[in-house]
Amino acid sequence: MKDALRGVLAGVALSALASGATAQEDAKLIVNGEIEMVTTTTAPEHLEGAFREIRSGWTFRTPETQALQMDDFENPAMIAVDRAQVVWDAVDGTEGNSCSSCHGTVDESMAGVRAVYPKWNEDAGEVRTLEMQINDCRENRMGAEPWDYGSTGMIDMTALISIPSRGMPVNVAIDGPAQSTWEKGKEIYYTRFGQLELACANCHEDNYDNLIRADHLSMGMTNGFPVYRLRNTRLNSTHQRFRGCIRDTRAETFAVGSPEFVALELYVASRGNGLSVEAPSVRN
Amino acid sequence: MRNLTTAIAAFLLAGSAYAEPVAPSDVVFEDGAIPVSLTGTPGDPVAGREVMIARGLGNCVACHTAEAYADVPFHGEVGPPLDFVGERWTEAELRGIIADAKMMFDGTIMPSFYKNAGYIRPGNAFTGKAAEGELPPLLSAQQVEDVVAYLMTIK
Repeated sequence: MKDALRGVLAGVALSALASGATAQEDAKLIVNGEIEMVTTTTAPEHLEGAFREIRSGWTFRTPETQALQMDDFENPAMIAVDRAQVVWDAVDGTEGNSCSSCHGTVDESMAGVRAVYPKWNEDAGEVRTLEMQINDCRENRMGAEPWDYGSTGMIDMTALISIPSRGMPVNVAIDGPAQSTWEKGKEIYYTRFGQLELACANCHEDNYDNLIRADHLSMGMTNGFPVYRLRNTRLNSTHQRFRGCIRDTRAETFAVGSPEFVALELYVASRGNGLSVEAPSVRN
Repeated sequence: MRNLTTAIAAFLLAGSAYAEPVAPSDVVFEDGAIPVSLTGTPGDPVAGREVMIARGLGNCVACHTAEAYADVPFHGEVGPPLDFVGERWTEAELRGIIADAKMMFDGTIMPSFYKNAGYIRPGNAFTGKAAEGELPPLLSAQQVEDVVAYLMTIK
């Protein structure tokens, strides 16, 4: 009996070690001791049959990586946010405007924006990402040159705009005029691309929580984007991550900023409806 | 003359080590298995082990764990463990699963290692660019035979 108990205790100690080395699924994400994040929640209705529960990529990471996101002084993405704040207030273009000329402070004007993008734009008659909307402002309101879709300045700005939405639930609309774009994104999500014939779903729906070599597969949620990746030590946009994933299937990828990736971004965002906006987050 | 032709044919069959391997598009599956060797040359289990663990070759370790190669770090868990795989499957079945697992397991995530057509947006290896012309299969016919030979030793 004593031996059996010792065996059980050893087992507990071992499993504690094991979970310490991988991820803390049940850890709570509270940023700066005040922004409480929902990192696990009931799956949105449209995922019925696929997931009952959805989890942020944060729950798949090691305690060390998780900790980096819990304090803005530790979060390496905040350097980008500071850079973008300077740009936000700087006049650029022929109209003599900065972002703040029309929008005021980021905290006041941008709260909730990140949570609902990509979003249908009625005037343009298309679904738009934050990047597309930023460039629309630059060209048409500021008379400034548009930024390259995947440029550092662009990603920095999406990080800054995300800040006042942190902790709010992702809530992109998938019905009405956005529906056909959403359907297109869904089709891409389930298409097996490349010589390895892998769809997003093969890894992130059918095999989340499994290891693929040394990588711990997540559910592929985008609520933390743009993401500071420890692997390449910079901020990464959703489209850049899509591109990397599809490249790794030995496929011809779609381009960053392409209509295919805009559609996929809307669809993948909708899979995370209900999770908190964490952007800019930290992952490996 | 006819006898000579027969003799040449017999010689070619016997000397199949020198014959061309079966092309990916000519492979014949029977219930997901491939009963006949793709090359006629017996597989080399030592070379097969290398194919299984090398990232640039089969990289089977990425998804499958097994005690037999416990010395190699970072076994994945996407596919089933391969312990006793040489007892659980026949050589013909293993050859079929490696060449094109989808013939046996409909919809499986496992890539097809001896196939070179039917892809959606095939790329030029890991460049993200479009493939130029017909792609070679992920493994050569002999590499498939080598992996089969290695798996048959895992008992």
